[in-house]
Amino acid sequence: MEAIFIIEKLVLIVVVFVLTLVIAMYSTLAERKVAGFMQDRKGPDRAGPFGILQPLADGGKFFFKEEIIPAGAHKGLFIAGPTIAIITACISSAVIPWGQSLQIGGRTVELQVADVNVGVLYIFGVIALGVYGIMLGGWASNNKFSLMGAIRAASQSISYEVAMGLSIIALLMVTQTLSLKEIVAQQEGFVNWNIWVQPLGFIIFMTCAFAECNRVPFDLPECETELVGGYHTEYSSMKLGLYMFSEYINMFVSSAVMSTLYFGGYNFPFMYDLGLSQNWITVIGVLVFFLKIFAFIFFFMWIRWTLPRFRYDQLMNLGWKILIPLAIANIVLTGVITLIKDTYW
Amino acid sequence: MEPLSNRKKVLEQKPMNFWERMYLPAVLKGMGVTIKHFFRKKATVSYPEVARPYSKNYRGLHSLKRDEEGRERCTACGLCALSCPAEAITMISAERKKGEEHLYREEKYAAVYEINMLRCIFCGLCEEACPKEAIYLDGPHVPADYLRKDFIYGKDKLVEERFDLHSLR
Ligand code: SF4
Ligand code: SF4
Repeated sequence: MEAIFIIEKLVLIVVVFVLTLVIAMYSTLAERKVAGFMQDRKGPDRAGPFGILQPLADGGKFFFKEEIIPAGAHKGLFIAGPTIAIITACISSAVIPWGQSLQIGGRTVELQVADVNVGVLYIFGVIALGVYGIMLGGWASNNKFSLMGAIRAASQSISYEVAMGLSIIALLMVTQTLSLKEIVAQQEGFVNWNIWVQPLGFIIFMTCAFAECNRVPFDLPECETELVGGYHTEYSSMKLGLYMFSEYINMFVSSAVMSTLYFGGYNFPFMYDLGLSQNWITVIGVLVFFLKIFAFIFFFMWIRWTLPRFRYDQLMNLGWKILIPLAIANIVLTGVITLIKDTYW
Repeated sequence: MEPLSNRKKVLEQKPMNFWERMYLPAVLKGMGVTIKHFFRKKATVSYPEVARPYSKNYRGLHSLKRDEEGRERCTACGLCALSCPAEAITMISAERKKGEEHLYREEKYAAVYEINMLRCIFCGLCEEACPKEAIYLDGPHVPADYLRKDFIYGKDKLVEERFDLHSLR
């Protein structure tokens, strides 16, 4: 392995990491702004022009708050909880293809940190790990509310991972590959986007993504009205900040995954008809990709400030009685259509 | 039993049909509502930069008035303190010395005049009680402060600025 390859990847990793953190940081501001606008308010606008320094102020505040570890808590796991949550949130972006390749001085630089050929499975694995952070944190707090939140998080993510996996199987039947890079490459232009062949699968996947990210309307693990603060009731200071932060990073990553899998990733309409050079197509592609991600993040927030929280039995009903049968029906339907297409066309 | 009003309504609680249980139509409808609000005019008033005007009969901070020659009107009769339901006013009276005629209109004046703004309920009874038209609640609202003692407003804050009537001519 050449040194320049390692440097190239390192630079990419740092850029992706920093971008993830900055976007997660500003998602907190965007969330409050969106909330404000949807409630006919202006949202925070005191720290800097339009409040753009607000995330820094919030972060600073988190650092200076008193750090409390409850007496009855399991200290090691209590600290491990948010750590795991933030680490799993950060590493899941490793397999996402941010763009095509750049030609720099005769070298081809792939804008993807790791082209794992089972990229989809990798993401699933990491997302499944994410719930450990919440569970450990909730359990180690030695608090009934936290424990309830942790149990909810665990059962919710187990139930929705099933439907999520099933919806992905239908997608994989169409794409025939697990590598995210190839999945994106197949969706060139506009008409090849997977959303046109898998609309039902997308809706199921998105619903499950909401549940996996613990976003409203599926934020039962931290349901304030019943559980004080849910799994992070006992957390304070930056540990609480890390939990919040990992939620926003998860939101960013799942937006990226959704646009990669269903909305063509970096592909944009007429990308090869404009007579642009490869580098320009890549650069525009990256921008388009981020535009799609931001649209999804906005969508996440839009939903949050529209819908009330599900009741727990409704959540389970939706997961097991509606989404899973639907996802299975989707698989069968996809199989039938593929078969018909292969035989008669 | 005879119903007491004709407003009684029998609520029907049907189980949700399949389409309703899909939630999607209702979700889309709700999203339509919120996005409409997203582009609405905002109700927020950015306070320090934009202040909403007080209403005409707003009762705010007290001010002790001067007469047309710039002399303090208050004669320390104590009627305001007597009428005050919150017992927010205290004063110490003093006798006007020779050569102070340009400062105080009456022979007796308030050497110390204090209103505790944390006690005051801004009822305006002091204003009504005053026989000398010396006190009016015509100021803005009381600003925030850190210490209780800073809410006891003395004459330095209450007596209005000297105003030269002749400059208007
Ligand atoms: S406004 Fe009412 S409460 Fe306040 S000082 Fe005057 S009389 Fe007392
Ligand atoms: S303000 Fe009016 S009522 Fe109060 S002491 Fe002075 S003159 Fe009397």
